[in-house]
Amino acid sequence: MSSLVFVQILNGLQLGVLLFLIAAGLTLVFGVMDFINLAHGVQYMLGAYLAVAFYGLTGSFLVALVLALAATLAFALALEVLVFRRLYGRDHLDHVMATFGIILFLNHGVKLAWGAAPLSLPIPDLLSGSVSLMGGLRYPVWRLVIIGAGLAVAAGLYVLVGHTRIGMLVRAGATNARLVSALGVDISRLFMLVFGFGAMLAGFAGIMIAPILSVEPGMGDTILILAFVVIVIGGIGSIRGAFLAALMIGLVDTLGRSFAVDVLRLFMGPSPARTVGPALASMLIYVLMAIVLYLRPAGLFPAKGR
Amino acid sequence: MAAAAPIDLGPAPATARAGIVVPGLIFGVLAGLPIAALVVPENYLLDLGTRIMIFAIAAVALDLVVGYGALVSFGHAAFIGLGAYAVGMLAAHGIGEVLVALPAALAASVLFALATGAVSLRTKGVYFIMITLAFGQMAFFTASSLAPYGGDDGLTIAARNTLVGIPIFKYPRGLYYVVLAALAGTFFLCRAIVASRFGRVLRGAKENATRMATLGFEVYRFQLVAYAISGGLCGLAGFLLANANDFVSPAYMSWQRSGELIIMVLLGGIGTLYGAIIGAASYLLIEEFLSRVTEYWQVIFGPFLVLVVVFGRGGLVGLFAWPWRRRHG
Amino acid sequence: MAEPVLRLEHLRKSFGGLVVTDDLSLEVGAGELHAVIGPNGAGKTTLINQISGLLQPDHGRIVFAGRDVTGLPAHARAAAGLARSFQVTSILPGFSALENVALAVQARSGSSLRIFGRAAEEDALNAPARAALGEVGLGPRAHVPAGHLSHGEKRALELAIALAMAPKLLLLDEPMAGTGREESGRLIGLLRDLKGRFPMVLVEHDMTAVFALADRISVLIYGRVLASGTPDAVRADPKVAAAYLGDEME
Repeated sequence: MSSLVFVQILNGLQLGVLLFLIAAGLTLVFGVMDFINLAHGVQYMLGAYLAVAFYGLTGSFLVALVLALAATLAFALALEVLVFRRLYGRDHLDHVMATFGIILFLNHGVKLAWGAAPLSLPIPDLLSGSVSLMGGLRYPVWRLVIIGAGLAVAAGLYVLVGHTRIGMLVRAGATNARLVSALGVDISRLFMLVFGFGAMLAGFAGIMIAPILSVEPGMGDTILILAFVVIVIGGIGSIRGAFLAALMIGLVDTLGRSFAVDVLRLFMGPSPARTVGPALASMLIYVLMAIVLYLRPAGLFPAKGR
Repeated sequence: MAAAAPIDLGPAPATARAGIVVPGLIFGVLAGLPIAALVVPENYLLDLGTRIMIFAIAAVALDLVVGYGALVSFGHAAFIGLGAYAVGMLAAHGIGEVLVALPAALAASVLFALATGAVSLRTKGVYFIMITLAFGQMAFFTASSLAPYGGDDGLTIAARNTLVGIPIFKYPRGLYYVVLAALAGTFFLCRAIVASRFGRVLRGAKENATRMATLGFEVYRFQLVAYAISGGLCGLAGFLLANANDFVSPAYMSWQRSGELIIMVLLGGIGTLYGAIIGAASYLLIEEFLSRVTEYWQVIFGPFLVLVVVFGRGGLVGLFAWPWRRRHG
Repeated sequence: MAEPVLRLEHLRKSFGGLVVTDDLSLEVGAGELHAVIGPNGAGKTTLINQISGLLQPDHGRIVFAGRDVTGLPAHARAAAGLARSFQVTSILPGFSALENVALAVQARSGSSLRIFGRAAEEDALNAPARAALGEVGLGPRAHVPAGHLSHGEKRALELAIALAMAPKLLLLDEPMAGTGREESGRLIGLLRDLKGRFPMVLVEHDMTAVFALADRISVLIYGRVLASGTPDAVRADPKVAAAYLGDEME
């Protein structure tokens, strides 16, 4: 039983790390540009699709990864320059509508380009298979790679945002963008950088998860909602908040889904537990968010202070 | 005394006129549609018109809080779903009486709005958007798990509601006119609310909530009541939707549906109420006709929405006025 | 002496490590115009925000009209008769000047939870609103959208809004801010006419206004009251001269 718990904890960490990769870009874009980007989820999806496409062309996961990241970045920058740039400073409703339009465009655009059937991306041979953990437990190497990659990115972001000049500008921008601009910093270049980098992280998440999940239209929708929950709980504009909240959500959601029915069986019969369990598990993170917002209406570590 | 001779105009006459002409046109068209429908086979126009009007009710209700209260709710589809499920669940137990189902639908949506609004309204801005989304998702997942009522697959309704035995929803033309009456009622109710003392406080809070508090208004209370009314009207829309579709499903409450509702309000221009009707009609008509052209209509519709936002101020109306604005500055 | 309309007892407010209000005690008597002056950063606006309820003090008590309002939210204090104007103009720009003031009247005339009846046409609200606008000289501008008024007119509108609340105490946060000489002269005349009708706390930088209007003056430095008394007493106080007034006194 405890080995099962341990596996689920690892799975929860993997989900958490994935959520962090997506939430990081989302919270920065929101914090620095005050821009609600619903299209972040399709950025994640696009990364996965591009990886599949490039793999088909090159046969190498690594090459596909690099090319897909580059293409994701290019697409994101094009989007920023052509569309989003005109929308900064506009009402949040305008952001919602424009990015909703982009979701529609891409969700069905990939269907047009690649068909509606789920695609897959094979794990590189070296990293496929499972590894033996403590207690005779076997766990897929690739999932550990994801956890490792995510933690590495988190560490890199921590250094980048906390200890470099550009990171300082980003943090300042998240606290007060107008002030930063008034100090003579090229704010539109900063925005482009933040946006492109965030999109690349989301694309990277999509590429890394593609071998495990199936790549299909709409795969970004659910994860987008989770990412929003993460940044709201973590506090908008805060990478640290996003990291902690992402891990928390990843663990709560995974453990909740795995053990809800079992836990409920302690209080009620097996049949009602099986009915109520999954519903409760799905709702768990939303209940968590509602509680956090009730106690801290601006999240746990809001960049703009409480 | 101020230097220049000031002119005391009454309230702007142009917008007042628009407020009479446009709704007049809308309801005129809607009332006359069934006659045009006589030439089109298989009740197609009637069904489309009914569908448009039902979503228009929800859009108008949403405009009340978004356009006049600046409360962007991303979970409003939940209220529609609750109203629909009230009908569906009662029908599953053999109860098809309007006088039971309608109050049930309204009560469910109003109570959910009060409960979730009480928590959500303590937050502002994007946090409010997110927490309303969360509550919408909770409703969605609850409905998906209701195995005895269809769960994920939804629930078919064997027979539409009757009003003390009279099958008011049974025939397409009858259904159409009942929905039209409901839309008219919703529209005029919301109009009255906006012009009332209550509405003025709500609108004032949208412009400057701090100022309203320092005048002595407890803004939270007003917003909560507005939110509850809006939720209730969406419950009415859900009640009608269940009767029109003979079917309820958790998809009625998805966040995508909530997003579509927001788009409908935005397309027509927020803050006018009749704009919400235009927006709902535009969205559904575009969806209807584009989907006949290609099954990938969203690939066209998506960028279209983007263009409306980037170049139009105030939705479609703004988009068509753009050439004028460019010329006159 | 009669019960003061406002009594502040040992107020204290810090933001992080910065103490902005430091053991501040003050009394405003009935019918008195009490000016609060002090250099920038002395904590004047923070003080007004605490009195009106937009900020909660960390320690201390605020007693208004004999009632401890320290725990009451802003809207409750406003409903109890505490009116304020804002240093940075805070009106409803999309509403006409008349509607701005009518809303203030509406706040104290019965329930606003009415969803029927056209509020804009209610004479019971518009008549007192027009009267208040007339008092500040904005009568002919009643139907102009407030956002289109000149800066001086907006400051006058702020005053009209406060008047329309039939306040028991008026808090004025730098009403002359940003106005030219002619406008501020007008406002001073207006405030002089209002003197005695209700007690006022006037935060101001404009020394002409302060010495022309105030019955008593409190000088704020670093969040505490350095001196408090009649204008002559304050003028003569060497501490005040050293810390603040300099040659503005002449």
